Amino acid sequence: MNGDDVIREISLTLQMGPEMEIAASRAATSVAESMRMSADKIDEVRMAVVEACINAIEHSQAPDQTVYLSFVVLGGREPDRLEITVRDSGVGFSPDELKEPRIEDKLTSERKRGWGLKIIRGLMDDVDVRSSSNGTTIVMSKAR
Amino acid sequence: MTETLKLRVERRDGLAIIYTEGYINNQGGEQIASAAYELLEEGYKRILLNLVGTKIVNSIGISILIEIIEKMLAIDGRLAFCCLTPTIHKTFHIMGLAQYAGIYDDEAAAVEALAAA
Repeated sequence: MNGDDVIREISLTLQMGPEMEIAASRAATSVAESMRMSADKIDEVRMAVVEACINAIEHSQAPDQTVYLSFVVLGGREPDRLEITVRDSGVGFSPDELKEPRIEDKLTSERKRGWGLKIIRGLMDDVDVRSSSNGTTIVMSKAR
Repeated sequence: MTETLKLRVERRDGLAIIYTEGYINNQGGEQIASAAYELLEEGYKRILLNLVGTKIVNSIGISILIEIIEKMLAIDGRLAFCCLTPTIHKTFHIMGLAQYAGIYDDEAAAVEALAAA
């Protein structure tokens, strides 16, 4: 076995709706606990999943109103890393054109939101965002 | 379904403390804002948000807290937070809230700092 073997993979499909992000975060917590991740790291994973789901709910305009998640535990003899994919089939956006939010700007702006990706990138070890008119996929990982 | 955020407000001499219990999402953020603005109407300029009962927030809820910070700054008031989980603390730092609102490990330290502000 090498360090990138798939030890466990769980898929979850959730309808967008009130607090669906909590259901997704519970699944993430369960998988992270199963790989004996520390409590603080589990909490960070949980928050990142919440934010990714909220982004999909708020912005995707997905016709199927569905978020597709997968939780993949990777490792060798022991679990090493948790890779989470959050995908929607919405309208997409241009990650490169997204302005990095700054608190100084938000304090004087009507629109205070827009923090999701910044939070995800700050809490997870690696984050990859791919988006097109067919939807958005966020792949994020956290080492144990 | 998670429970609706519960709030408890404690008024003291010179400052007020809002205790939260539960998930701070957009509705929870609105509840906190409503309580904070009521306190501002009463003349309180020092408000502490004690998040000891909150284990999870989302960025929409935090965005509403930014609105509260904006209003506090406008009246030369002070908002502080205490008893954050490590992740919420880290998230607040990622967002830069610590530049405009004090963040303290415990209530006693927060109250002392607000009293001196």
